[in-house]
Amino acid sequence: MSRLTVPKTYKLFIGGAFPRSESGRTYEVTSASGGFLANAAKASRKDARDAVVAARGAVAGWAGATAYNRGQVLYRIAELLEGRRAQFVAEIEEAEGVSRAAAGAQVDEAIDRWVWYAGWADKFAQVAGNANPVAGPYFNLSVPEPTGVVAIVAPQDSALLGLVSAVAPALVAGNAVVVVASERFPLSAISLAEVLATSDVPKGVVNVLTGSPAEIAPWLASHADVNALDLVGAGALDWIDLEIAAADTLKRVHRPEQGADAAAPSLERIVGFTETKTVWHTKSLR
Amino acid sequence: MTGTTLVTARERALAVLGGDPDDATLRRYLHGIPGVDAVGLEQRAAALGTRSVKTSSKAWALDRIISLIDLTTLEGADTPGKVRSLVAKAQNPDPADPATPRVAAVCVYGDMVPYAVEALGAAHGDPDDGGISVAAVATAFPSGRSSLDIKLADTAEAVAAGADEIDMVIDRGAFLAGRYGLVFDQIAAVKDACRRPDGTSASLKVILETGELVTYDNVRRASWLSILAGGDFIKTSTGKVQPAATLPVTLLMLEVVRDWHRLTGHKVGVKPAGGIRTSKDAIKYLVTVAETVGEEWLVPHLFRFGASSLLNDVLLQRQKLASGHYSGADYVTID
Repeated sequence: MSRLTVPKTYKLFIGGAFPRSESGRTYEVTSASGGFLANAAKASRKDARDAVVAARGAVAGWAGATAYNRGQVLYRIAELLEGRRAQFVAEIEEAEGVSRAAAGAQVDEAIDRWVWYAGWADKFAQVAGNANPVAGPYFNLSVPEPTGVVAIVAPQDSALLGLVSAVAPALVAGNAVVVVASERFPLSAISLAEVLATSDVPKGVVNVLTGSPAEIAPWLASHADVNALDLVGAGALDWIDLEIAAADTLKRVHRPEQGADAAAPSLERIVGFTETKTVWHTKSLR
Repeated sequence: MTGTTLVTARERALAVLGGDPDDATLRRYLHGIPGVDAVGLEQRAAALGTRSVKTSSKAWALDRIISLIDLTTLEGADTPGKVRSLVAKAQNPDPADPATPRVAAVCVYGDMVPYAVEALGAAHGDPDDGGISVAAVATAFPSGRSSLDIKLADTAEAVAAGADEIDMVIDRGAFLAGRYGLVFDQIAAVKDACRRPDGTSASLKVILETGELVTYDNVRRASWLSILAGGDFIKTSTGKVQPAATLPVTLLMLEVVRDWHRLTGHKVGVKPAGGIRTSKDAIKYLVTVAETVGEEWLVPHLFRFGASSLLNDVLLQRQKLASGHYSGADYVTID
């Protein structure tokens, strides 16, 4: 007996919920061979605005959590990803048209990066911070603090690994993220959002938009409530204009990266979206 | 602002009621009013909330919303300094844009009135003439649970200190117990206490606290009762009880105001307060007012928003319209 398939509706991920685009728009996502895969939501500027509001609301809680706790939460994402490995492998295989082995390798690499970045959560401050020598009986401590809301244009030529490589480091320091997923491969991004929604990541800490980066990125770049802009996947856009728009509100900006090494794991990606706070404290209270 | 005098209000009430405003007469009158179609009311309010507002209209609406706001601080932790910063914000809501209109009034507790009056200085005046009024909550706000003498003293003190508007709460317990005559007499007495020695009178806003009245029928009856007793404004809520202002409740009160105007030719104001935090919500209220009683009600002496956080959201929307990109909370003051 044949049965009707039950295809999944891919929606956005904003503030811990999965809304459709406010605009009601969707676009067709096709496989590497051109076959129909699914309809993905096509986010509008108002969805981006809502995502920034959600992210802003989440910053205080996420940045205020202890570094140790953030590390545990990030590690838990890797655990859950491991459990849904088969789903991600199948999705990537279909979307990117790569072999099962290559898709499997991408998922493994993505999981390993979550683990690698999770480990940094309670360690990067020791490396990026410092006890500065000063000419007086004072402790002078520099510590990295999260920048706030980070808008990310995810790498466009990878379904999962690029997204993870851009999102994970921003989360480590305690930033909240609004990420525009790959336009061609948005489905894994929403599946990853399902993982995030069922893990311990507080709502609003990660917000995933699918659709056209060319349409959404300018609104995020000029948004006064966004503190930093990661253009790693914006190489095909007018990213200089985005950088200029971001300069109006003094955002930190990461420039586009190309090729297989794009967003390679590095401490620099964590520290890039932090601000250094320096405090003085007397050495003795005698 | 000069309210109608008690004499004419009482005469008007007597004429409408056809007898003395005692419990029995009021009960006969208020319970003779047709019941509210709750489903229809909520549907109508929801429909009014879906109007598409174009950019040019939105710019007008945002400015109008600001000029209708009673900028409010009603906290136990209010200090003279907080009232002064509230007044500064009322006079100059967006320091980056001097074209931003002023709000209609600042709303504070009675003991904070002198600080508000002092801080306003020359800007103190009738919002219809470009000034900013001082509104004071009185009569044992927010519960209203005290003796009439205390309520009257509370009111008289605020008026003597320079309040232009008094926001009183009705005795919800008495209303729910059916003692309409008592509620009527208390409103009338507070109205009397709003008079100044020179014969003018502070405007009286009557807070129904719709969240405690439970049913739409009660809201309609309380609205009629407050208007009959001489209220210049009927106000939804104190902001201390949930639910506070909702669109259906405000629509219902506007309908009473419309019916009263048709009956007597006398215009009464409406003030939704509490829970209106976004420009989007506030615009829905403007649409509802314009569609129910008409655009001539969108003036400070006939419609107000009781709000504190609404102003910041309106300013953010104004900045968005002016600059073309989204603004953020870092670009408005912290309240």
